Formats: sequence, structure tokens, C-alpha cells
Amino acid sequence: MIKPASKPTLIDLEGVDFAWHAKAKPTIKSAHLRVEEHEHVFLRGASGSGKSTLLNIIGGIVTPQQGQVNIVGHDFCQLTELQRDKVRANHIGFIFQQFNLIPYLSILENVTLPCRFSKLRRDNAIKRSGSVIEEAIYLLSRLYAKGKFSFDRTTSELSVGQQQRVAAARALIGQPQLIIADEPTSSLDYDAREAFMTLLFDEIKLSGSTLLYVSHDPTHQHLFDSVVDMSVINQHHELEL
Amino acid sequence: MLTIFSIAMSVALLLGVEKVRVNAQSSFANTISGTDLIVGARSGSIQLLLYSVFRIGDATNNISFQSYQDIAQQKGVKWTIPISLGDSHRGFRVMGTSRDYFSVYQYGEQRTLEFASGKQFEGVFDAVIGSEVANVLNYAIGDQVIVSHGTGSASFTQHKDKPFVISGILKHTGTPVDRTLHVSLAGIEAMHVNWQGAVKKRKASKALTEANLQPESITAFLVGLDSKIASFKMQRYINEYKSEPLLAIFPGIALHELWNLMSVAEKALLIISMFVVLAALTGMLAVSLAGLNERRREVAILRSVGASHWHIMGLLITETVLLTIAGILLGLALLYSGIWLAQPIIEKNYGLFIPITAPNIRELGMVCVLLTASFIVGLVPAYRAYKNSLADGMSIRS
Repeated sequence: MIKPASKPTLIDLEGVDFAWHAKAKPTIKSAHLRVEEHEHVFLRGASGSGKSTLLNIIGGIVTPQQGQVNIVGHDFCQLTELQRDKVRANHIGFIFQQFNLIPYLSILENVTLPCRFSKLRRDNAIKRSGSVIEEAIYLLSRLYAKGKFSFDRTTSELSVGQQQRVAAARALIGQPQLIIADEPTSSLDYDAREAFMTLLFDEIKLSGSTLLYVSHDPTHQHLFDSVVDMSVINQHHELEL
Repeated sequence: MLTIFSIAMSVALLLGVEKVRVNAQSSFANTISGTDLIVGARSGSIQLLLYSVFRIGDATNNISFQSYQDIAQQKGVKWTIPISLGDSHRGFRVMGTSRDYFSVYQYGEQRTLEFASGKQFEGVFDAVIGSEVANVLNYAIGDQVIVSHGTGSASFTQHKDKPFVISGILKHTGTPVDRTLHVSLAGIEAMHVNWQGAVKKRKASKALTEANLQPESITAFLVGLDSKIASFKMQRYINEYKSEPLLAIFPGIALHELWNLMSVAEKALLIISMFVVLAALTGMLAVSLAGLNERRREVAILRSVGASHWHIMGLLITETVLLTIAGILLGLALLYSGIWLAQPIIEKNYGLFIPITAPNIRELGMVCVLLTASFIVGLVPAYRAYKNSLADGMSIRS
């Protein structure tokens, strides 16, 4: 195969079929998706359209029964579970809708969590800021530009908006190539939502990461390079008709 | 936290029972040695052993001094020690005996009694006290003691008219000797001159003369033989003694019988404490499983930042094992502080000295078994978390 001369592809799904149980109806059918490096992709889909399942496939948590999954240059169908865990730890940062944080850890411990599982991200953080903690404080202070914060508090005192910023800092630490945000703003009110999106985009542009943003709400889709609809990716619904 | 505490309690119980068992056994075996036969009025062998050696309970009957003298003069008898019990001093038993006692009586590994200070009794009203009597009551040589009639610790009839003077204090032996006040047989008799049964005679005040200090009866006596081979023959002779019903027992066998009797209770205790440990582990498992549902989110987060299933399982198992270790440490602290607090009480009331020693191999083994068990118990929530996480992936559909 001849490698394309253009930017490398970070996500390459081809003809992916997936069912959670062997006997269940497939949640994902003949899915295909391509995301290139530095691209910011808006993935639009209603709930129940197979978004979460697709993200689990991209994250290497599950492997499809059919099709090709190539993430950051790794063929997930050929890797063992442990190897996929490693790729996820090294190259992907996740932000979820809510409950992103581990309640008994402090803010700093939450942010630095990925560096415990990935030497690559730990090294990146140290290269940039001297230490993992310094990098976490740097990211947090950027995301909390206005407020002053003691970052060794527990996360339970934080508002949802603040929690999402901590989650963003955690996704960004150690500069993973791919940031996946799954409805990160849907539990925020309007103001917090705008502020969060601005901060997220600033940081992603700064780090040069690729962003896959998943939402049912098209409000922010104008910020992205491309918009993909779940119903186009996933042939599942057409099958049902 | 409650989990740690319940484990701590169970560990303390388990090791406590084990410590008591081990120490009771060794203290048992060390109580008396070198004696070939114990002779008393006919009753049970364990009962005879209990009152003659352990000073627990009372004799049902005395034996006549004449029988004692008769047997003491038999061929093959090397030595005899008479024992006359029935009185007490502030909760400690008073034992009338002969002077041979201090040179012949042996305990532990053929050790004879030694004096910490003073000397054995010479006069009728001299007394030799065991180390614990001296410690607890803070007695020194020359102190006067008044003996109570009967063996209760709160006896009201006292031999006030005839105080004894402490002539010697024995070294610590770790046997019932420590809790005994020794006087001569004549001293016992002297106390009871002018007494009728348990009541003081109103008038008569007979003078203390040599003649009336000769005891009419004693409680029991210990026999040492020239040759151990003769002991069966001598036992049969005593058991078939014509003029009164007597019982001769081998101390070793009686000790063993008594231990077997008690070890049933010990084993039951040990089994119960094992079940307590099991219950604590089950409790921990229940708590751990109950909390698991709330932790699905945590597991999902950890998975999303790159944790493998092994990390998650390791985390949960480590948690269980750490809880158990904390429980064990707290349990050991409880145990040793418990021993430290209870030591004097146990020694005073049961004559059992429990030293504060590092856990022995057997106890360490128990701890290891417990740790292994906690690891196995930890596998259950770990496996459940694994199953949950397979179904949940990175996001909880809640």
C-alpha cells in the first residue's frame, strides 16, 4: 500500500460491525470514519445512535466483530487488549459528559492520573514543564484563568463547570495526539458552556491535538473543520428500516 | 473503617485464644515435676491434681496423718511432702507442709524452689510466701500476717489470735507456688487449737504444746520414689490401702487428662474465633460488593485514562488486602494492649502468666492464612468489577 502523502490519519474505521452481545442486534453496522491529524471533527448524533459504542471502539475498550480499526497508526484488531490499553493511555485523552473525576482524589491527582498509566505522557509533561505536577498546575491555571484555586482540594467541592475544566486538563496533560470529547458541555449552563468551549479550543490549538467532538447539539458545529453525522457513519438505522 | 475494626477484633480474638492456649499448656506442663505420685483422699484424679497442685477447689476429705506416716515409711519411698490446705490469707491459699518441701519440690525442668530473700520457716508461726503474694500484698520479711479460716477471699473468721511472721519469700516460679503462703504443719495445727470445726471455742485456751501440734490429718501428700519402676507397684499399694480409701495418681498422666479436658474448650474457642474471622471477611466482602456499583463510574474513568483490566483488578484486590493488613495491625495492637492490661488480672485469678512475646511461627502462619484469604476474598469484587467494566466500557449508561 502506498502511504498517502497528506497528513497521517489518526482514526480510520472501515466497515465496522459491532454488537455488545453475540446474540444481540449489532449497535454498529458497516461504520466508517476518517479523522486526520490536527483535524477538529464534530460528530453529531442523537442519543442511542451508537456514539458511545463507537467511542469505546476507538478507545480500544472493545473490538468489532467485523471491519478495520486503525487508531494513531495501530491496527486495533491485531493488538491484544493490553496493547490497546497502552495505546489509549499514550495517545487519547477523554472528556465525558459528567462525573469525569474520581471523588477521593484531589484535583491535582485527577489531572495527573493519565501520567500514571503512560510513560510517554509523563515524559511529555516533564519535557514541557519540568514535572508532572508543574504541567498540571500550568494547565489548570490556564483553564481557570480568572479564579484562584488551591488544586490539592478534593473534587467534591467543585461545580460541574469546574469539574469539566479539571477533566479537560486531565485529557490534555502529556499532549496526547487525540482528544475525544463526548458531550462535554451538555451538563453545563449557557455561559459555562461558551467559556468551556473557548478554553478547550484554545488549548487544543496550542497543543496541536486532534479533536473528535461528539454531541447531539449542533450549536458549536461552526467551530469545527468538518461535521459528520452519526447516521451517515453508522448504517445501523438504515438496516432497521 | 468498620470493616477494619471487625477484622481487628477477629484477629485479636484468634491470636488471643492461641496465646492463652499455648501459655496455658506450657504453664500446665511446668507446674510440677520430679514427683512420682500424688496421694489424697479417694476422689477423682483431676480433682486431686487441682487442689493439691493448682490450689483450685477443695478436698472432699482429708487423710489421716497416720496413713501418711505409714506410707512415708514404706520401702522404696525416697521422700514425701505433706500438704495441708483449707485456710487462706487475703485470697491466697495457705498451705501447711514440711521443711522438705523447699528442698525436694520441683517444677519446670527439674527446678527446685529458691528464696528471693529470707529463709524457710523455723518456728511454728513462721511463714514463707510465694513471689506473687509478696508483690500483690507488698510484704517483706518480718511482716505479720493473719490467716483467715476457709478459702474464700472474703472470709470473716480470722485466726486473729495467732498472727504469722514472714520468714522467707520465694523467687518467681510461674506456678501456683507463687500464690501460696507456706507454713509448717504445726503452724496449721496451732491456728486451729481451741477451734471446734469452723467456730472458735468460747472458753478453753489450751496451751500450745508439742503434743497438740501433731496433726491428726492432712489434705494430700506428694511422693518421690527411689526408682520410677516401683511407681506402679506403689500406686497399687496406696489405692488398695486397707485402713482408709486413698487415691494415688501420676502427676504427668493427671496433667495430661486435665489438659485434654480443657483442650476441648480451647479447640471450641479456636474454632469459634476462626468463624469470627470468617464472618469478618464475609462482612468485608459484602461491603466491598455493595460499594462496587457506586464505583462503576470510577472504574470507567480509570479505564478511559488507560488503565487495563489488570490495573482495576489489582486495585480492588490491593484494597481488600490493605484493609486486611490494617485490620491485622490494629488487631495486634488490640491484642497486645489487651494482654498488657489483662496480664495481672489473669495471673491473679487464673494463675496464668501470659508474656508479651512476638507472634510465634504458628501465629504468623495464621496471619498469612488470613492475608491469603483476604486476597481470595478480594478476587470476588475484582472479578465483578471486571464483568461490569466489560459491559460498561468507558461510559456508564445511567
